[in-house]
Amino acid sequence: MRYLPKSSADREAMLAEIGQPSIEALFESIPAEYRLTGDLRIPRQHSESEILDRFRAFGANLASGDAEELAAQPAAGQPVASFLGAGAYRHYRPAIIDSLVQRGEFLTSYTPYQPEIAQGTLQAMFEFQTMICELTGMEIANASMYDGSTGATESVLMACRVTGRQGAVVARTVHPEYREVLSTLTRHQEISITEVDYIAPGADQRDQTGRIDLAALDAAVTNETACVLLQSPNFFGVIEDVAAVAEIAHRKGALLIVSIAEAVSLGIVRAPVEADIISMEAQSFGVAVGYGGPYCGVIASKEQFLRQMPGRLVGETRDADGRRGYVLTLSTREQHIRREKATSNICTNQALVAMMVTIFLTVYGKQGLRELAEQNLAKAAYLEAALRSAGGKRLFTAPHFHEFALTTAESAEELNARLLEQRIVGGLDLARWYPELGANVTLWCATELTTRAQMDAAAALLYVPAGAGARESDVTFQQTLTGAR
Amino acid sequence: MSRQGPSEKIRGSAGQRVKRSREVRMAEKFVGTPKKATTHVNQNENLIFEESSPGKKGYRLAQLDVPAVDASALLGDALRRDGLGMMPELSEIEIVRHFTRLSTWNYAIDLGMYPLGSCTMKYNPRINEAVARLEGLAEAHPYQPESLSQGALGIMKLLSDCLLEITGMDAITLQPAAGAQGELTGLLLVRAYQESKGRARKKILIPDSAHGTNPASAAICGYQVANLRSNALGMVDLAELERMVDEDVAAMMLTNPSTIGVFESEIHKIADILHAKGALLYMDGANMNALVGKTRPGDFGVDVMHLNLHKTFSTPHGGGGPGSGPVACKKILEPFLPQPTIRTNPDGSLGLEYNRPQSIGRVRAWYGNFGMFVRALAYILANGPDGLRQTTEDAVLNANYIRAKLEGVFDLPYKSPSLHEVVFSDRLQSQRKDGQPGVKTGDMGKRLIDYGFHAYTVSFPLVVPGAMMIEPTESESRDELDLLIDALRQIAREAEENPELVRTAPHTTRLQRLDETMAARKPVLRWKGPAAG
Repeated sequence: MRYLPKSSADREAMLAEIGQPSIEALFESIPAEYRLTGDLRIPRQHSESEILDRFRAFGANLASGDAEELAAQPAAGQPVASFLGAGAYRHYRPAIIDSLVQRGEFLTSYTPYQPEIAQGTLQAMFEFQTMICELTGMEIANASMYDGSTGATESVLMACRVTGRQGAVVARTVHPEYREVLSTLTRHQEISITEVDYIAPGADQRDQTGRIDLAALDAAVTNETACVLLQSPNFFGVIEDVAAVAEIAHRKGALLIVSIAEAVSLGIVRAPVEADIISMEAQSFGVAVGYGGPYCGVIASKEQFLRQMPGRLVGETRDADGRRGYVLTLSTREQHIRREKATSNICTNQALVAMMVTIFLTVYGKQGLRELAEQNLAKAAYLEAALRSAGGKRLFTAPHFHEFALTTAESAEELNARLLEQRIVGGLDLARWYPELGANVTLWCATELTTRAQMDAAAALLYVPAGAGARESDVTFQQTLTGAR
Repeated sequence: MSRQGPSEKIRGSAGQRVKRSREVRMAEKFVGTPKKATTHVNQNENLIFEESSPGKKGYRLAQLDVPAVDASALLGDALRRDGLGMMPELSEIEIVRHFTRLSTWNYAIDLGMYPLGSCTMKYNPRINEAVARLEGLAEAHPYQPESLSQGALGIMKLLSDCLLEITGMDAITLQPAAGAQGELTGLLLVRAYQESKGRARKKILIPDSAHGTNPASAAICGYQVANLRSNALGMVDLAELERMVDEDVAAMMLTNPSTIGVFESEIHKIADILHAKGALLYMDGANMNALVGKTRPGDFGVDVMHLNLHKTFSTPHGGGGPGSGPVACKKILEPFLPQPTIRTNPDGSLGLEYNRPQSIGRVRAWYGNFGMFVRALAYILANGPDGLRQTTEDAVLNANYIRAKLEGVFDLPYKSPSLHEVVFSDRLQSQRKDGQPGVKTGDMGKRLIDYGFHAYTVSFPLVVPGAMMIEPTESESRDELDLLIDALRQIAREAEENPELVRTAPHTTRLQRLDETMAARKPVLRWKGPAAG
């Protein structure tokens, strides 16, 4: 086995030296009846080239991962355009990210418990914490959480510890999967969760903003409420009126947690500084969409809540010679010391992914983050105009960043099936979580990587002329793509 | 101020600051001779913010192919951001140098052995990184149609099947983001199961040798923790267990082999005692590297367990994450697994099953740390059944080799046979016969750094006072093991002859010992500008 640095002779010599008759003798503490005598029934040992072939077949969408099957049907492949976002966003990842995080010193190091030989990771984490504070307008930030969903849950638990209260009021426009995680992880902690609706179509005489219903929120927040959990931009892409929500929460002594699922928005959208805690999914900053993970959550807050902050923290200190250095600090809050009195069971974080985020933020920097966000805004504005001119209707009226809900003449299912025939992945069907919106509402996202040709192609397919037989949209689609490449 | 001149100042023996040549300083720093380490120059580097200057750029966006928009008009001035504060501005070469320089300040598996007990710091194969970055996998969107996700689901299915075969269990979820979340998920399954039987019960039994995440996970799941004392062999005390298990116990969380590297040889009796009272056996799979291909938890009575892909299955630690903590269980717990699970459709294609009425729900968005699944599967394929078995055998051989070579040099509190790790204590070094102050496990761990290694696990498990916990893994050659053994013997000699040298270690690192008390007393958790820097 090529990863094992021993010859048979080495093994024999080592056994002899320690006075053991055989390898098997070392396993005698395992009762014989439970010791395996045959091989595990798993695939045989693969060479590196065979592994690569197999994963290329998986990557070409073959469930079998069979290279021969791939050779027989090379047409299988990736979509030509995708308009999915909804918490997992495709942005350009500068090449230096992967080249730097694959340096063995970063990739293969352990959690920096021995700071004298981990200053590289520690200083980068300190830089990460600083950048997250700058972006969110908060005073402190931790060194990352598993992801946005678990980060939102940990923020709620943190707010309960800070306030000594046991209730959370949650906007229904928080990512549905974040809310599912919150529900699972708080179920046995006697924390009551109340959901508050958004202002939806059909609400009479009110603007259908897609924002949280402030009157309903006001009614839901009580003196028992530890926190309000809001997302902005919310799941529909709509930017919330954070100040108004903060005012309602704070009036009853509750904290405001703002979850940010699309971190790139912070380049152009004002940071929700009225929040007490911000839980962010930083995947957009240089982390591959990667079928949902690993991603990079992070919690930032006001400094007064430091002692209740979950996760690892890196702090500045001095060495014995007075030189500046960094260490993991305040770990007495964690499970290492407190065991069953621990406030959180979190142990690992997402250090290497946080490193990707740090490098991404450095590459784009002060000017680039603004420019990047502006491009996203421009692309989404174009997409919206294109889809509207093809007959789609924007559902919500409040400003959005780069995502928006669209009502179409066809059902989401029909529309997306038709788009998929042309290898275009259309907007996300919202009926799965918001059945009240009906079957014809989809969530569309455009980023700086979405091209005008892709958007024109989708719009052309969306448009169904009344009484049309053979659609000319297919032709348009082909022409547009050929023209663009 | 973090830049130093060519000849640094060090504190002399009488406390006065004196200048010395590098050679003199190295000679003063060792009683013995470090074979692995030598002096190594690395470069100074400020914080990224201190390297920034206005107007520099490390990016260029693609030419905008749609009309530019007026953000103020679209968002309104109230929602529009004004500036980006102190975010850095640097060119690409400066950014590459910054992070490359930082990287040289880290120790890593690629540089040498990490004898960290219970951490399984094994080699991280590079093919894993290559396949995880293949476009069709790295670019797959979690909400893309199932018809486009067959490859991604195929990876999850094959990895699941392999892990079930390796553990001998019946069903699995890959969703938990890390080992600690796996523990919590496993306990949520236990709780859902017990509730389905009538009541959740009240307590989780946890041995005193367990990792701190075990009781923390139990507490978050709404259970009380009952501590179970180990016997003189470091194993579960069966009489004590029998006494403690009653109808209020929901499950026991057992690490097997235990954190002292010892297999619970009466594991089947432990399972029987629990099962007789309707309690379940949870196994913390942190030490699975001692078992793969040699024995299967599902065969010896375990009902539910988690695995750490970042330990046993070679996904990189990355300086502290990402991890991945799949949970495998027996048939009786399957209905409660998090949703979605992977489904094979009648036509043979794969899909995601959300219709699971008894599911505990979701513990993480989407399907888990998919990128880690790719790497773990690549590792399993690279090994095959013969490679995995050989891996386990080499890991156990290495630990026993270290044990045999260092027993007597260091105190061995438990004489039970070791599997993949061995726990010594600092008793011989901390309690000197001449009554002089001794050196402790933490000091010797720091001293190991001077010899070119990472420290072993210090002061854990808590059942061993002054624990020195060593897990070599299979990735170390005999030569590297001999270097470690030689270094630890020299350190033992230094502890005898020049304890001050050990107590103030490390001496050869870029920075001296760091003041952790100061960091905690007045926390500085971010850069606050040139004045504070």
